Amino acid sequence: MLKIKNLYSSINNTLIIKNLNLKIKNGEIHILMGPNGSGKSTLSYIITGKPKYKINKGEIIFCKKKINELSPDKISKLGIFLSFQNPIEIDGITMFNFLKILKKKNNFKKLYKLCKILNIDKKDLYRFFNLGFSGGEKKKNEILQMLILKPKFIILDEIDSGLDIDTIKYLFKIIKIYLKNNPKCSLLIITHNTSIIKYIIPNKVHIIYNGSIILSGNSELIYKIEKIGYNGLIKKKYNDKK
Amino acid sequence: MNKTFKKTLKQKKYNYGFYTKVKSKTFPLGLNSMIIKRLSKIKNEPKWMTKLRLKSYYHWKNNKKYPEWANLKYKKLNFNKISYFSGIKNKKDKKIIKTFDKLGLPIKNNKKTISIDYVFDSISINTTYNKILKKHGIIFCSISEAIIKYQKLIKKYLGSVVPYYDNFYSSLNTAVFSDGSFCYIPKGIKCPIDLSTYFRINNGKIGQFERTLIIVDEGGSVSYLEGCTAPIRQNNQLHAAVVELIALKNSKIKYSTVQNWYPGDKHGKGGIYNFVTKRGICKKKSKISWIQVETGSSVTWKYPSCILEGDNSIGEFRSISLSKNYQQIDTGSKMIHIGKNTSSLIISKGISTNYSKNTYRGLVKICKSAKNSKNYTQCDSLLIGNKCSTYTYPNIISMNKTSKIEHESTISKVEDEQIFYCNQRGISKDKAMSIIVSGFSYNIINKLPLEFALEAKELLKIELENSVG
Ligand SMILES: Nc1ncnc2c1ncn2[C@@H]1O[C@H](COP(=O)(O)OP(=O)(O)O)[C@@H](O)[C@H]1O
Ligand SMILES: [Mg+2]
Repeated sequence: MLKIKNLYSSINNTLIIKNLNLKIKNGEIHILMGPNGSGKSTLSYIITGKPKYKINKGEIIFCKKKINELSPDKISKLGIFLSFQNPIEIDGITMFNFLKILKKKNNFKKLYKLCKILNIDKKDLYRFFNLGFSGGEKKKNEILQMLILKPKFIILDEIDSGLDIDTIKYLFKIIKIYLKNNPKCSLLIITHNTSIIKYIIPNKVHIIYNGSIILSGNSELIYKIEKIGYNGLIKKKYNDKK
Repeated sequence: MNKTFKKTLKQKKYNYGFYTKVKSKTFPLGLNSMIIKRLSKIKNEPKWMTKLRLKSYYHWKNNKKYPEWANLKYKKLNFNKISYFSGIKNKKDKKIIKTFDKLGLPIKNNKKTISIDYVFDSISINTTYNKILKKHGIIFCSISEAIIKYQKLIKKYLGSVVPYYDNFYSSLNTAVFSDGSFCYIPKGIKCPIDLSTYFRINNGKIGQFERTLIIVDEGGSVSYLEGCTAPIRQNNQLHAAVVELIALKNSKIKYSTVQNWYPGDKHGKGGIYNFVTKRGICKKKSKISWIQVETGSSVTWKYPSCILEGDNSIGEFRSISLSKNYQQIDTGSKMIHIGKNTSSLIISKGISTNYSKNTYRGLVKICKSAKNSKNYTQCDSLLIGNKCSTYTYPNIISMNKTSKIEHESTISKVEDEQIFYCNQRGISKDKAMSIIVSGFSYNIINKLPLEFALEAKELLKIELENSVG
């Protein structure tokens, strides 16, 4: 589904992603972990075509199509969805009106149903987009949009940070139901939280450090991080190389 | 149609830029006392009106002080290159009916429940729904008709809020105004339908001098809408209007404008000069609300104001102005508090794109007599791109200590993050921009009468889609 080859990418002339390689097959769940500032969000922006992020080298292939140079709305239309780490607010536009723009066929009934599933207060649909929403409410709104857009590939950027355990659990339950109904859909979960493993079992785990993926493995890797921390892992890798 | 003209048409998407070929009587270019006498005669005006016109004309001529204080740059007008009257010969000409059909405002079979006064160049063509209005004793007709039929009211109120000597353009307007609307709502009557005037400039060489007078008697109320368009032209054209509102005791006037005059082309060529004096007077416990959406004209100079003379009266001004290309807008409001416990509200939202200039200019004056009065002013500017500019000149004068004045102002840029977020949801850049702008304009637009709100939303959308990228 997604293939990233030898990717080098910079913003404001600072090279941030360095020789990054990643391959995600149909229906796979990957977790991308790494310390703060390692380039996780940057990677999600590059995949989704955020302006000003320059691709210096390498390519991104989605469903056999090179998407390096596509505009972000086109990339979205191919079926790539990013749940933002910090979703923005828009004053003066109600949630309802915004959601209607996403899909014309949305009617009250459908939206109310989705809200019920996600435990979103119906009244929130008539509030301005994310304005004054709590962190958790904003994240729920991201998942609501995901359910509306029905993407093929989902990136969840720190969906778990700042949420209470019950909400995380519940959101992952819904995400898992979505994956079950869309078995070809792939998922890339970005987090720095090892407890993620309690909510979802990945096919693969990657460690990103200083803009490159330095280690890949299965869920065992998460337990290792839990034990010795990112620093421990990095040192270990460094020593192993020696 | 020559080539360059075609090209501008294509780029602009100004949907109202067509010209209607009709037989009309047009005055020669230039202004002198003969022209004024002729104008007055054509309109069968009483002598006192002719006199008033001449008095204004001489005042204008002798005190010709071209207003230069506004934050505007444009070529000075040559008042001798303007024709001061153009009236079509046959008011029932099918082409006129077609024109308004094309503008989406059919004179016949109008499904809108609004009474419309249609003004084509210098004269009023038709006023609809007259019967319903008459039943309530409401007068709604062209000002020309009113000058003949309702002399008492006209004599008492015309020029009572904006006297001919008020400013350069009010002098000019009083001397040469051609048509506009007149409305009188009797005591205790709440006008059952919205009243509206639609101004259309068709002829290329004329100046349109609109004059509107609205009087709402004690306890009455009315909602009035004003709309305007003009054909696309290479040269600049003058529209100098005077609007006077009189809100008597306990009455209410809501005056909404959607101004969409031809704004000039991409390079700032052509377009309407829109120099307008709008002012209302509020008697005891009355209320005047101005709501405006300004998207047209190459230069706008306009400050709808309220004189809060009566105790407990209320004045409101809500404005959205969108400037693009080389448009210049200098707008705002004046709230003059004279009575006790008077309150006023000013919400001004400016959106600037391309190379345009958008200025808020306001005056809040609380006189000594206006005890316990209050004003709240909010000016928000939204910048799109980095070549446009926005300015705020709030002037606040408070002459007593019991009053309260609050002023807030913000300047924001459309954030790349917001655009990207929308893009990530599959929304195009243009659409994203109009979502953000529509959000920014929300609390003004939703105060407009429904039908106008839809039009305004559409206008803000179209205009922007042209200015992005
Ligand atoms: N606009 C920018 N200009 C320069 N550096 C940036 C910019 N945005 C992010 N960075 C830098 O890129 C690195 C990666 O950031 P980010 O992808 O947000 O990290 P993560 O999501 O892994 O915490 C950080 O060092 C950050 O400071
Ligand atoms: Mg991040």
